[in-house]
This record gives sequence, structure tokens and C-alpha cells, in this order.
Amino acid sequence: MQKVERTNSKGGLDRDKVKRFLVNNIVTILFLVLCLVGLRLSGLSLAFYLNDIVSRIARNTFLVLALIIPVLAGMGLNFAIVLGAMAGQSAIIFITHWGIAGMNGIMLSVLICTPVALLLGYLTGKLLDRARGKEMITSLILGYFANGVYQLIFLILVGTVIPMNNEVLVLSSGVGLRSSIDLSGGLRYAIDDVIRVTFPVFVLYLSIGFILFSGYFLYKAIKNKDSRKKKKYIAFIVLGVLGFVWALITSLSISAVNMVRVPLLTMLIIAALCLFTHFFFKTKMGQDLRTVGQDPHIAEVSGINVSRRKIQAIMISTLLAAWGQIIFLQNLGAFSTYGSHEQVGMFAAAAILIGGASVSKATIGHALLGTVLFHTLFIVSPLAGRNLFGDAQIGEYFRSFVAYGVIAVALGLHAWKKLMQHKNKQV
Amino acid sequence: MQSSEYVLQMDGIGKEYHGNRVLSGVDLHLKPGEIHGIVGENGAGKSTLMNILFGMSVIQSTGGHEGVVKIDGKPSSIHSPVDAMNLGIGMVHQEFMLIPGFSITENIKLNREQTKPNLVSRVFGKDMRTLDRVAMGKDARQALDTLDMNIDQWVTIAGLPVGHMQFIEIAREIDKTNLKVLVFDEPTAVLTESEAVNLLKAMKDIAKRGIAILFITHRLQEIIDVCDRITVLRDGKMVAVKEQKETSIHQLAELMIGNKVGEVMRSKKKDVCTEPVILSIKNLKVAMSGEEVKNVSLEVHRGEIIGIGGLAGQGKLGIANGIMGLHPASGEVIYEGESFKLNDTIHALERGMAFVSEDRRSVGLLLDSSIEQNIAFTAMQRQEKYLRTIAFLKQANKKEIRSLAQQMIKDLDIRCTGPTQMTRRLSGGNQQKVCIARALCLNPKLLFVSEPTRGIDVGAKKLVLQTLVRLSEDLGMTIVMTSSELAELISVCDRIAIVTEGKIAGILKPTDSQVEFGLMMAGAKDGST
Amino acid sequence: MAVHEITKQFSLKEALKTFGLPRIIIVLFLITLWVVSMSLEIPFPQLLSDTLVRWGMNGVLVLAMVPSIMAGTGLYFGLPVGIICGLIGGLLAIELNLVGFTAFFAAILFSIPLAMIAGWGYGWMMNRLKGSEMTVATYIGFSIVSLMCIFWAMAPFKSPEMAWPIGRGLRVTISLASRYDKILNDFLSFRIFGIYIPTGLLIFFLGMCLLVKFFFTTKVGIALKASGENPRFSQASGVHVDSMRIIGNIFSTVLGAIGILVYSQSFGFLQLYTAPLFMGFLAAASILIGGASIKKASILHVLLGTFLFQGLLVVSLPVANKVATLGSLAEISRIIVSNGVILYALAQKSGD
Repeated sequence: MQKVERTNSKGGLDRDKVKRFLVNNIVTILFLVLCLVGLRLSGLSLAFYLNDIVSRIARNTFLVLALIIPVLAGMGLNFAIVLGAMAGQSAIIFITHWGIAGMNGIMLSVLICTPVALLLGYLTGKLLDRARGKEMITSLILGYFANGVYQLIFLILVGTVIPMNNEVLVLSSGVGLRSSIDLSGGLRYAIDDVIRVTFPVFVLYLSIGFILFSGYFLYKAIKNKDSRKKKKYIAFIVLGVLGFVWALITSLSISAVNMVRVPLLTMLIIAALCLFTHFFFKTKMGQDLRTVGQDPHIAEVSGINVSRRKIQAIMISTLLAAWGQIIFLQNLGAFSTYGSHEQVGMFAAAAILIGGASVSKATIGHALLGTVLFHTLFIVSPLAGRNLFGDAQIGEYFRSFVAYGVIAVALGLHAWKKLMQHKNKQV
Repeated sequence: MQSSEYVLQMDGIGKEYHGNRVLSGVDLHLKPGEIHGIVGENGAGKSTLMNILFGMSVIQSTGGHEGVVKIDGKPSSIHSPVDAMNLGIGMVHQEFMLIPGFSITENIKLNREQTKPNLVSRVFGKDMRTLDRVAMGKDARQALDTLDMNIDQWVTIAGLPVGHMQFIEIAREIDKTNLKVLVFDEPTAVLTESEAVNLLKAMKDIAKRGIAILFITHRLQEIIDVCDRITVLRDGKMVAVKEQKETSIHQLAELMIGNKVGEVMRSKKKDVCTEPVILSIKNLKVAMSGEEVKNVSLEVHRGEIIGIGGLAGQGKLGIANGIMGLHPASGEVIYEGESFKLNDTIHALERGMAFVSEDRRSVGLLLDSSIEQNIAFTAMQRQEKYLRTIAFLKQANKKEIRSLAQQMIKDLDIRCTGPTQMTRRLSGGNQQKVCIARALCLNPKLLFVSEPTRGIDVGAKKLVLQTLVRLSEDLGMTIVMTSSELAELISVCDRIAIVTEGKIAGILKPTDSQVEFGLMMAGAKDGST
Repeated sequence: MAVHEITKQFSLKEALKTFGLPRIIIVLFLITLWVVSMSLEIPFPQLLSDTLVRWGMNGVLVLAMVPSIMAGTGLYFGLPVGIICGLIGGLLAIELNLVGFTAFFAAILFSIPLAMIAGWGYGWMMNRLKGSEMTVATYIGFSIVSLMCIFWAMAPFKSPEMAWPIGRGLRVTISLASRYDKILNDFLSFRIFGIYIPTGLLIFFLGMCLLVKFFFTTKVGIALKASGENPRFSQASGVHVDSMRIIGNIFSTVLGAIGILVYSQSFGFLQLYTAPLFMGFLAAASILIGGASIKKASILHVLLGTFLFQGLLVVSLPVANKVATLGSLAEISRIIVSNGVILYALAQKSGD
């Protein structure tokens, strides 16, 4: 949520700061509570939950990360990542049709969908630039429109204009793809299966990585005499050590957690994207994008080509969404041809908002935290609904309500904040 | 003839906007290290001159300009702010071009960041180079140190005091190594007294390093304090270029105003101060961005036409807007002997006030509605006029509104195709008449009119002013007329109040000397040097 | 008078430009499809009958867009809110075992106060979101529909035609066959040249249009219009712009409630759960096709747009079926056309 403006004051922990922290992060905190309650109500065991959540994190995080760049470029939530997802999904469909399996299939999919995604991103960027001030609603409607075109292509044009002779994929009438596609034997788990490790081992690696990274940043912070960052990274290192110890103990025990397997390569890819995003904002392009996001008028007057930067931001976002959808589908294994991509934008947006992002500020931390919370809710809602009301469907409705509601609240708060800022400028 | 004695030469600069001439034959010559002041009234051409120097699009898109601009003796064409920057011209704006969420260094180095190549950039191009924060920080530190600023260059700008922000603007400009000319546009307007003193000192320091400075301000005292030479603009022409040693505030004020003898339209010459006070304003404060009123006290007599004048941005437009509740206001106002509630437009309208706003298009008109709909609107909403009741609902009475509009069109000579024409299609003058018509439908006792003849051609100007005079003389209406054009105030008003820096500098008679007007506008106390 | 008048010349080019390129394309497209359908021996009177029925049935929902647009709050993407109020009214009428016209008008009567309260709350929120009304409204609409799903699933209604026989909760669709199915359509209806004219329905629809038109000639309506067109101007005349926006949204919500009841009686079913989700977009697309913009809409736009949009939908299904058995082409073209039109409207550079 939008951060309350802070003056440059140095102070210790005091009541005011705690209050401000609570207000700024109310949605995340609320969600945390909701998830904990839901976990209790669902009656899930830790191992079951971990298995599910690890899978979901592996397949969704990349997509959520794709939202960060447009947010910082001042374009709000890019609901049009759906177009990128469609590009990736289309590539997977064709690769499956041509029977190319495993990592080869994945690499080829990536190769095919990249130019398509970049083109779609370019067109989206141009459209959003024209609809200045109305980017979010435009990207939302664009997603619906593109979905219509996607259906046109794969339901009407396949078999008629686009030749596809494939009994498995195509409907018996010869026109249009079947409503679900199974990737087993082909691209299913193509990335995931490369290396799998048990959960404790994964936490082990994670902790080591954490300690190394935090150590590096701690060293930089000591050099720059930044005491605030020093404290932050010392806390991270402590966390890392605790994780290491826990992982060591658990891996040697007979806990069911040892049965949970984590796709390591997928996680490494996600980590690579996190690093890239971090690096990106230290580059000239990243800085220009941030400037455009902070104040497009000043950016323009200073000689930055605002339109060009915005289009670049959307192109990168769309491309990342395409690749993210490939990761998503290979983990899912079997997907709904006409449904898997529909909610991509909405779910990713809800996730990052729950993680604490706002329409004008999003970080890697928001994306990671948000994905965990959002998908936890996804897992527990139907079960909690069944245990509370005797109807799992109610749990699912509640899930939808919460997802839509979070976005409505986030957008509403942002709009209200903007209005207040404008009013204060007048005085 | 190459003359590199001057770093900036502007020769024969002229500009015409759609037939309206705003600048002609202006020459400006700047030596390196010179501090050159530019003074003039509203509309004298200062902003236009600066827009030309900075290649602003508003100049390019309306036919360019006449004359030549030379940098270091070489004729240069400046088609955009980036061109100006590349030629070494910098500007410290009145409204800071700073990004609150960024650090001081990031702001100083905006779009001029130093970068280092890396792995990715070698493949994907320059755009992916990493920012060299160490080098950036060093440069920023140097710029800040030059201005005697102790602050850490990595601090975020949000929350810093206004004086600091202005210095950071300056730091950004002097960090540009090719800087030759630095323009200051009304820099002290937002500063406290001590901050202003610091600024003037900094200006002198910068000039000593060989950078030429153009200093635009209405505060003649400051001009005299720091400038080497001063150019006075009036009505788009250059009336004088003086050495600081050879002139005084008094003389500058006189040159600024010139001779404003216009046709005096007021026939009845009476002492309005014998009439009772209809509106008494005490300690009025109005938060109107760009026209802030800090502390105005004024008494308006029944039946008079009182003018409110002053330079742009000094607060004169804020008074009417504040009383009518269009902008937040505070203070004590007594109207017709009773206490008057501020911040309540309905209250003001119901008590018999009406307002013709200076912002014709945004506030004065419904551009996509017809003339008759515009004219009838306020009276219909506030005085339940032109309505007929059907059951429990009130419907607009089309016949009444039609004949009303036709009457107004005739009385005010509004040139149009008929009462149903969209007001967007009318010329500025006729649009203004529609606004006046709308106000008149209310039968007000007190009429506020702001910038009544702005953007109107000469013929229509006279008609509008004559209408106002008639309203006062025939109907006994009290009129408060706010205007940037001193000439029309002098020709129409009984008294003229001058607003400077949000306060009333004084009240003059139309027959008072030009110099007195000039000095009041310049903020000189008691009209003395 | 002559001295002050300047003669205006009629220009065909100007008239076409005002009509708008997308509208021209859609009209031409519709006519083309009609011609194609006739050559494919699809009975035209049947097409026209269906079009008229759908015109009347969807019209009031599209009409609900008008007050919101005129008040300056943009396209009324919160239509699901109004729809839900209407549905609750409809359910109450069934629970009270009413039939016929009594049931229909009672449903409307029940839903109006509900819609007024909901509209007031919705309007209050819109006032705090100036500039981002449409985006937030979409998600408010979605969340409320989801919330209501929970309510429908747990509702205490007992009537067997509404509730599931086993367990709790309301059915997904509730038949109106025994109550007021097609009650407006069939009222005073007649056939001419083989075309079925649903007189009652059309009278009701046009009646609502006249009501809205009349509203905008009243003092309040004029103030509302001005608030949407130029809030600063209105404020300077002492109009409470925020109140006008709320009134506009209340009116839109009420029309939405009435609209879904008109729709349902023609359709023959009350559709609960996720049915209202995308109705806002369809109504918005209709009025935009009719030539409205995000800032300005008139009754003419409603009439024309609904007719064109529904006409397209009606003709595309049989044509697609004849050309190749592509049943879903109608649905797909509906998605593409409706969203495409909204996109076009959003991409227009607005005057501010």
C-alpha cells in the first residue's frame, strides 16, 4: 500500500513509527492473519501445505515479478501481461504439436515466443501511451480483447486457416483445439525435473545463499557507514543462520517435510530474475524508467523520451510474462486451453498488492511475500469453507471475493491518496 | 562580425501570436560574469523572451520568432529546452523541477548520469550500463560545496525546506560543465528574507566564476542590489538599458509603467468615499496557487468602481476568488453591515454577489452547451428563475430561457448564430459577454469582474468596459474590477488598489502619477527609494 | 436579429466526422451481415424479431450508463451492484408468491430502495476516487458479485423453485415460467409481415428513455449535467458537485436494478452467482457503439448502440453456423467487438 511520506528524521523505535508501519501495511498484515486462521481451519498438515505451496511458488513467482517494472515506470498494474502469457502458451501448444519434449522443447518455446511477446508488448505499450491516465482500465480491457482474439485463433482458425493435423490436440470436427491439453511425455516438468531436492536441502541452500548475499550487502553498508542498512542485513544473516540450523536438523530427522521435493532449477531461474530486476534498476534504462514513473513532466523536460521508455517497460514486462507462462504450464502439466491464461493478470496483481506493493511502488520483496500469502489463501479457502460451512464452493467464492477485493481496495486507496496529494498541492 | 566579447546576444527579437504582437525589436547583450536584470510589468514580454531563449514549444508551434540569438558570437537555433541546455543555457524555475522521491544527487544528475559499461551493456547497448554512483556523488558534492551547502548529497529531497530546494535547482544547473548563461525567474518569490539574502550572495559568487546571469524579478530593490546592468521592457519593447550606477528604483519604476493616459470613461466624478461601506475586508488570506493572498484589508464603498491591480502572481486575482468561495480563504468580512461567511459560494451568491471569473474557459463557461443554457444557469440554480413546476419537479422553461437569451444577445451585442450556438464556437470577446450576461441575470448588488478584457480585441474591449461603466452609473451596481492592465483600470475606476506580495501596497487615484503605481508594484515601501 | 447571426453551412464531411468512423464501420458491418444472411436464406423477419426483443430487453441496462457518464463518473462499471439489487427484488417477489404484472412491478418496487442505498454508498466511494472511477468500479463490482455468491449459497429462501432441493442455497438460474416470463414482451404484442413486435417491452423501454430525458430537463438534471461537463463552473454557481455525482450514481444503480428485471422477464430466468460479472462491459460497449464517449452520452446513443450491438449478435450466430459449424463464433465476436469498442473509446485523447 502507498507509503505515508517520511521526513528525513533519524529516530529509534517509537509508538508513532509502529503505528505508521501498521497503517501502511494493513492489507499485508490482514492477509497474514487470514492465512494463519485459514491454515488452522483447513486442517492441513504442514507437509501437505508445503508441497502445494512450493509448487505454486515455483510456477507463479516469475509472472508476479513481471509486474514490477511497469509499476515503477508509473503505468500502474499491467493487467495486459495476459498477452505475454498467451504468446508463451501459444508457443507451448505448437511445440507440443510438433512433439518436441524436455528442455529442448522449452528452449524452442522460449525462442519462438520471444519475438511475438516483444511485438505484442510494443503494441500494448503504444496503446497505453495513448490512453495516458487510464492505463490500468485500458490494460484490463485489452486483456479481455486479446482473449477474444486468442479464442478466434485457436478455436476458429486452427484447422481452417492454420493447418493442424493432430487428433490429440484438435477437436474431432477438425477445427479448433480441445479444451484441455496434457503435456505429459512432452513438456511436463521439463524444467522442474532437471534437479529436485528435498525441502530441507532447499532451505539449506537458500540459507547459505541468504548469508552470502547479506554478507556482501553488509560489507557495502559498513563501507558506506549506513547504519540503517547495517541493522537490516545483520537481521538477514541471523535469519539465514537460523534457517541453516533448522534445515540441518530437519533433514536428519524423519519428519514428513523430507518428502516435499523442490524443483531447484525453477527456483534458480526465479532467483536469476530477482537478481536481474535488482540490477536493472541500477542501469541507465532503469533509472530513466523510475524518473518517468516519479514525474513524467520533469522527465520530458529533461530530455527523456517518455513514450519510448514506457513502451520499453511494457515490452520487457510482456516478455517476462511469456517466459513466466512457460514455467507455469510446464509445472501445471495439464492445462485448460481457453482458461489457463485468463486470470494471469488479475492473480499476479492481487498477489503483488497483498505483498505490500501499491500502484506506484513495487519491490521484489513484495512479489515474493505476496505470492506466498495469495497462494496460501488459495490452498486453504476451499478446505476451510468445507470445514466451516460444509461447502467447499463457498470457500472458493470467498477466495474470489478476497482477490477482487484486495485489488479494489489497493486501487481505491491509491486513487484516494492521489486526490489528497493533489488537494494539498493546491493549498 | 564575430564578437565573442558577449556570451549571449539577442538581436532584434520579435514575436507575434496570431496577429497579437507581444515583442518587437528587443536587444539583449550579456557579457560573461555579468548579472543582468530584466524588469517590466505584466505582459511586457519577459516570459515570451525567456520562452524564445529556451526553445519552448509554445514558440515553435506558433510560427517561431524574429531576430537572431547568438551564443559566443555564433548564431544559434534553439528549438527545444534540450538544445538550450546543450548550448550552455540553464534556468532556475519558479516552480522547482525537482523529484521529491529522488536523492539530491539523482536530481542534480537527472538524465545526465555517469555510467560504467558492464557485461549486459556490451551485448544490449548503452542503455544497460550501470550508474556510476561514486562519480555522480562526487560531482554533486562539488556543486553543493560551491553553494556552501552542508547537506549530504544522498538525502531524499522530500521534506527539505524550500530554500534548500532552490539551491539544489541551482546546483543542478552549475553542475552542467558547459554552463554559460543562467536565468533566474522570480527566484525570491518563495523564499524567506534570510534565504533571499543567501540567494543573492550565491548569485554574485556564481557570476564571479564567469557565468552570466539573467535575473528576472519585480523587486526593484534586489535588482539594484545585485545587477550590473538592467533592461526595462514595456509593452513588448525595450525602453531602456541602464547601468546600475546610473539609475535608481524610482527611475526604474517610472520606466516600467510609462505613460498610461487612456480614455477616461467615468463621467460622474464624485468622491466615492462619502458613500457607505458595502464590503469591509479585514486580514483576508486566500490559498490560491499562484495568486496567494497573505493579508489584505480593504473597504469598498457602495456604487463605486474599485480597481485591483498589481503584477501577475502577486495575489490580486485571489481576492475575488476567495470572497466568492472558489478557493480556501480566511479572515473577517462584513457585507452590508452583516458578518459574511467565507468559503461558501452559495452564501455569496445569495447575498447578492456575482463573479465573472478571470478563467473564462475553465470556470466561466460550459463550452459544450448553448449560449442560452449558459446564460440562464446560475440564476436558475440559485434564484429558481426560468423554471416551471410539474408535479413536484422543476423543469426548465424553454420559452423563458429563449427570450432571455435573445434579449441578452441584443443588449450586449453578442455575435453568434443564435441562442442555441455552442459557446465553444464564439470568439473570446463574445464568450466574455456571455459570462457577463450570466452574472447579470442574478441582478447582483456587488459584481466582481476579473480580467474583463483579457484576450479580447480592441473594439470589443471598449464595449465591455463601457458596459461596466453603464452598470455602475445606471443601475448603481458596485463593481470590483481586477485587472493586469493598468490602463483600463485608470480609465474606468474611481480608486485603484495595488496588490504586491499578497498584501495591499496602497490605494491610488486614477489621476496619481505613474511612478507611484510602479513603485507600489515593485514593493518599495511608502513609494520611497 | 439578422445583425447578430452568422449563417452556418451544413457540411456532409462534418456530419460524418461527428458520426464517427467506428460507428460507420459497425453500421456497414451489420448491413453486410444482413445481406449475407438473406443470401444464405436465413429468415430475415425472424432476425428482426429477435433483434427487437433483445433491443428492448437490454436497453434499460444500457440506459443505466447515462446518468453516471453525464455526472462525470465515467462508464458505470459498477452495474453489477444495481443488477444484484434488482435480483434481490425479484427473489422477494417470488418468495411472496406473486404472479404476473403484480410480481414484476413488485420486484421493481422492492429493488428501488435497495438500489438507492447501494447507489448512494457507491456514489460516496466514487467521490473519493476522482480520476480512477472506472478501474476501481470494475473491481468493486467483481468483489460484490463474489460476495453475493457466498450469500446466494447460504440464503434462507425456502421456496422450492428457488432453492436447491437438497442442502442449502439458491439455484444458479431460477425459472420465471410460472410467474412473469415474457410478461412485458407479450403485452399488446402483434405480428406484422412476419415480424414479432414485443409492444409492451418496447413501450416500457421507450418510457424509461423518456423518463431519463425528462430528468435532464429539470433543475437537478441540468445541474448534474453541468457538474459532469465542468465541475469548476458548477461549483462557481454554487452547485454541490459531489452531491450531483452521488445522485447520478443512485439513478444509474436504480436503472440497473430495473434493467435486470426487464432483461430477466424476457429471458425467462433470474440468473444468480457469476452471471452479472461482465454485464457492465457489455452495456458500456453498447453505449459506446452508439456514439457516446466516456464523458458524454445521450438517449440517442442508447437507442442506436443497443440496436446495433444486439443486431450484430443476433445475426452473427446463424450466419456463422451456415458458413461453417462454428457455434462459438458469436460468443467470440461478441468479446472482440465489445472490448474492441471500449478500447477505442479509451484510446481517444481526452480534452484534459
